[in-house]
Amino acid sequence: MSSYYGRPVIKEPVWTWEIPAYFFTGGLGGASAVLSLAARVGGNEALAKTSMYVGAAADLASPPLLISDLGRPERFLNMFRVFKVTSPMSVGSWILGVSGGASATAALLELTGRLKLVKYAAEVVSALSGGPLATYTGGLVADTAVPAWHDARRELPYVFGASAAASAGAASALFLPPRDAGPARRLAICGALAELGAVQAMERRLGPLVGEPYKQGEAGKLTKASKLCVAAGAGLLAARGRKSRTAAVAGSTLLLAGEVALRIAVWKAGRQSARDPRYTVIPQRERREPRARPAHVRP
Amino acid sequence: MSVVEAAKPDGWEEYGERQETRVGFFTDTSICIGCKACEVACKEWNLVPEDGREWTGQSYDNTGQLDANTWRHVAFIEQEKPLRVDDGAEGLRWLMSSDVCKHCTHAACLDVCPTGALFRTEFGTVVVQEDVCNGCGYCVPACPFGVLDKRELPASPPESLDLLDGLGKKEDGRVWKCTLCYDRLKGGHEPACAMACPTKSIQFGPLDELRARADQRLAKLEAEGWNGAQLYGRDPDDGVGGFGAFFLLLDEPEVYGLPPDPVVTTRDLGQIWGHVAVAAGVVVGAVLAAFAGGSR
Repeated sequence: MSSYYGRPVIKEPVWTWEIPAYFFTGGLGGASAVLSLAARVGGNEALAKTSMYVGAAADLASPPLLISDLGRPERFLNMFRVFKVTSPMSVGSWILGVSGGASATAALLELTGRLKLVKYAAEVVSALSGGPLATYTGGLVADTAVPAWHDARRELPYVFGASAAASAGAASALFLPPRDAGPARRLAICGALAELGAVQAMERRLGPLVGEPYKQGEAGKLTKASKLCVAAGAGLLAARGRKSRTAAVAGSTLLLAGEVALRIAVWKAGRQSARDPRYTVIPQRERREPRARPAHVRP
Repeated sequence: MSVVEAAKPDGWEEYGERQETRVGFFTDTSICIGCKACEVACKEWNLVPEDGREWTGQSYDNTGQLDANTWRHVAFIEQEKPLRVDDGAEGLRWLMSSDVCKHCTHAACLDVCPTGALFRTEFGTVVVQEDVCNGCGYCVPACPFGVLDKRELPASPPESLDLLDGLGKKEDGRVWKCTLCYDRLKGGHEPACAMACPTKSIQFGPLDELRARADQRLAKLEAEGWNGAQLYGRDPDDGVGGFGAFFLLLDEPEVYGLPPDPVVTTRDLGQIWGHVAVAAGVVVGAVLAAFAGGSR
């Protein structure tokens, strides 16, 4: 393959560590809001409260992360100048604004024990927007020219959604005694399995060339570490999480660490994918109509 | 040679009566002499800051790439290839090409910009509003050509007392790129790079006319047997709907560091939103399923 002095064709994403951190907190917040409302309706008050506080904390941590990544943090309100469906970041800002605002309101009212009806309304709003909050970030990175992200557009929203569900389950199972944490534990285990499966499907679709960043360098190491932590954490929760508080705490911690590693791995894989022109040029060269070499070309 | 109607750039229609003729660049690299007058003129006119002097050892290219502080970039390629097809097997040639923002008909940067800082001008070009951009960086990996980049140079002299320094970062932090000299176009002038080009390798004008002229030029080079002559970005049916700034190259695009088949990422946005929505439903479904075995 020819290239221009091996220089990249596309630019490496300029996003710093705050962005993968937000992928984790946003996912955790969104899925926790859904878990909380389901627990409320199901009559598990302990789980409803815990996941509500976890979700609100994650939602409150998100805007500072996003703002500190901006080149002009003092202009963060410009995110709400317009609403553009062609920009997953614009739509996502509004989703985070609505969901985070609602979950923080609900948590505050829960703490103070006031305005029950407003609190319920806020819980419903945050749960309804929680699903999209957990998955839009997968679509956001897929909507770029980065091959390791764009070519994974059919899988990334599921990878991120499953990771969010696993994180929400694990985080609540971390803080609750095992007898109250049944649904959280089951969500953590199911989410972990779904996430491992979705990552597998993504790697298969990307193939040996475009999928290479998920297997090499820092992204490769993190992907592997993430899979090990997620599998071990889910296994521990499934085997001993119901009986032993220690096992539940250890399993949840492992699982959460694995999900953080996954988000960092995807971010790093995108950077590696952009840095090497092979990932951009070779697939484009192959899909371009195979033309007969014109008479006026000599190698 | 027929004048092909330029594909309509997204967002251009909204200008109605204030819409101007779509303009662009035709960069004919077969007559580029690598003088870099375009790079200098661009920096001078647009007050693009100096961003380091580095000897790359890559032929005469000490600029490297297009980025926030380089809006025209002359590439230099030294090749052991015959210049013309009938020159025999031996040959040495030196290719030069002045790269620039493509001002795509379907522009990914403009689509993904969450603040509306990037916009389509009445001339059909794509421009960043420096007073709106908040440096989110989404356009940077969205561009299939790697044109846009974040400026990390100091926004103001270090001794200045800027109260916002405490809140924000000290660097400029915004995204910058070629404006196709929007200010000059407004005043009825030609962009600085085209004006400075001594060989007319950079031609500015209405896109329809440029495309017709490029077709004639390609036919001439083919008849003369120039090795590898091809138009890049002229076709309105390509993955970005044709470039507003297109090229005549003497080798494959990747040789110049350009993508062979660029596609606007938002072409797949419907599919992406579909999967985001279904995945969100799956998350809700998974939570409900977790309660199927009881709420404890």
